[in-house]
Amino acid sequence: MAATRPNRLFRNLTAKIAAIPMILTALVVFVGGTVWTVTYSFTSSKLLPKTKFVGLDQYERLWNTPRWLVSIENLLIYGICMMVLSLVIGFVLAALLDQKIRYENTFRTILLYPFALSFIVTGLVWQWLLNPDFGIQSVIQRLGWQSFDFDPLYNADIVIYGVLIAGLWQGSGLVMCLMLAGLRGIDQEIWKASRVDGIPAWKTYIFIVIPMMRPVFITTLVIIASGIVRLYDLIVAQTGGGPGIASDVPAKYVYDYMFQGQNLGQGFAASTMMLLAVLVIVVPWAYLEFGGKKRV
Amino acid sequence: MSDPATMSAAVVGSDAASGALSGPRGPKPRRRFSRRNVFIYGTLIVVALYYLLPLYVMIVTSLKGMPEIRLGNIFAPPVEVTFQPWVKAWSEACTGLNCDGLSRGFWNSVRITVPSVLLSIAIASVNGYALANWRFKGADAFFTILIFGAFIPYQVMLYPIVILLREMGIYGTLGGLVMVHSIFGMPILTLLFRNYFTSLPEELFKAARVDGAGFWQIYLQIMLPMSLPIFVVAMILQVTGIWNDFLFGVVYTKPDLYPMTVQLNNIVNSVQGVKEYNVNMAATLLTGLVPLVIYFVSGKLFVRGIAAGAVKG
Repeated sequence: MAATRPNRLFRNLTAKIAAIPMILTALVVFVGGTVWTVTYSFTSSKLLPKTKFVGLDQYERLWNTPRWLVSIENLLIYGICMMVLSLVIGFVLAALLDQKIRYENTFRTILLYPFALSFIVTGLVWQWLLNPDFGIQSVIQRLGWQSFDFDPLYNADIVIYGVLIAGLWQGSGLVMCLMLAGLRGIDQEIWKASRVDGIPAWKTYIFIVIPMMRPVFITTLVIIASGIVRLYDLIVAQTGGGPGIASDVPAKYVYDYMFQGQNLGQGFAASTMMLLAVLVIVVPWAYLEFGGKKRV
Repeated sequence: MSDPATMSAAVVGSDAASGALSGPRGPKPRRRFSRRNVFIYGTLIVVALYYLLPLYVMIVTSLKGMPEIRLGNIFAPPVEVTFQPWVKAWSEACTGLNCDGLSRGFWNSVRITVPSVLLSIAIASVNGYALANWRFKGADAFFTILIFGAFIPYQVMLYPIVILLREMGIYGTLGGLVMVHSIFGMPILTLLFRNYFTSLPEELFKAARVDGAGFWQIYLQIMLPMSLPIFVVAMILQVTGIWNDFLFGVVYTKPDLYPMTVQLNNIVNSVQGVKEYNVNMAATLLTGLVPLVIYFVSGKLFVRGIAAGAVKG
């Protein structure tokens, strides 16, 4: 310590200067950008942002647009199925890998590799696999099952499930990895104790292990959910939002209105709704996780 | 941590030894092909095959000629192997009026990824170091905002950043996209580095301080050499993340500068012309190759990267 106490503002001055990029990003981009978008969602901006405030008009129009309602419905179907299925698949795979098996690394490598691929690559591969004339449908039909009908990408009613198949292929490896880390964190004594008591393994999983892994489940859910809200690339690559608008999602709605439809106000209002959806997920989680106790 | 597999093997071994001395004792030794094992391995093998299927179909499709694709089924291996689709995808495939193939997108992606990775890691590691060792007032508040920022949908910040970049005169340039990647890589990387630097013994830092080392000296001469593994983890995370990005590429660059993913999508999903599925799959594989190679080479480090982001984020 120096003999005279330096001005507080200049203590750790180098550290403060070094942290300027972080401070600017946090304040200007994250806080500033969000406030800007939310503010301009109340204006009648079209081609360029304008400050003519029109109250909730944009939101009213948004919720009266069939395309937005389709987007929301798709996101809900995709989101709920994705969360449930990827958690179930991820957990079951992790539990299987956790049985002290051989070649665990090989299996894990195979199950996780789709996660390294981009959504564009994922979408294009599955577009090819689900191609009605050459893909899985035609192969099975040629095997003799003529009436086999599995054509999600060209059937507006089930197109979102075609996307779901691709999304699960890409994302469930990550869930498996997180679950495996969670399972490895369970004390081995628990297993010994339940074996001594003669409790079957599946009961131990359901009544003891899964409740103990609650934090892992919650964190995983938050990660999957915030990824689902962003769902965009996969749709663009696999279906382009089609057939028609049948596989549209909010992120694509926002992009199309902002950068192609020249209707900025709609884009801002729709993206604000997306932000709201994320807040509904993240805030309760952050409150549960970090509320009360100070974060280290 | 002791390896549970060797532990149980040792237990079984000692059981067997004592069993040989005084008759049967302890649990019956497990048969290798018990019903349980068949179930576990059977399920895993079926699932693994399912996960590998798309990769396999991509590879075989990209090696077939178009006539063979029209006739045969997508799972059949190529009768006549041809590398023509790969050549065409790399150097001849068309996007709009340009017919110079994916190679342009590849080099664009390289020119985007390399500076973005270096810049974002440089910024984030210094941030993490400042947060871990040089706590100043308000630092934690900024950090919390940063972490919450990671959850904000990108769509909310897309347009304000367009304005920001336009004001700076770098909208539509590679420099602008590099900046965007550095900004959005910051939350997760800062978290990664902060947690790592916090885990290093504090005495080290204090000793250097006593010896009169300053902020940058400690960072460059002590922290940096000690944390090479975490830098590798960060690099893997960023290279795959930035290479795979589509949204920022399409919003913040112009068609000449489109990264590989955007160009790939334009090639495959273009409405004009006859669809050449073999070329499309070759192009798709080419785009996926960089992250795949990184994934298979880096192995556990990749997992560590995503786990670091996930478990604490």
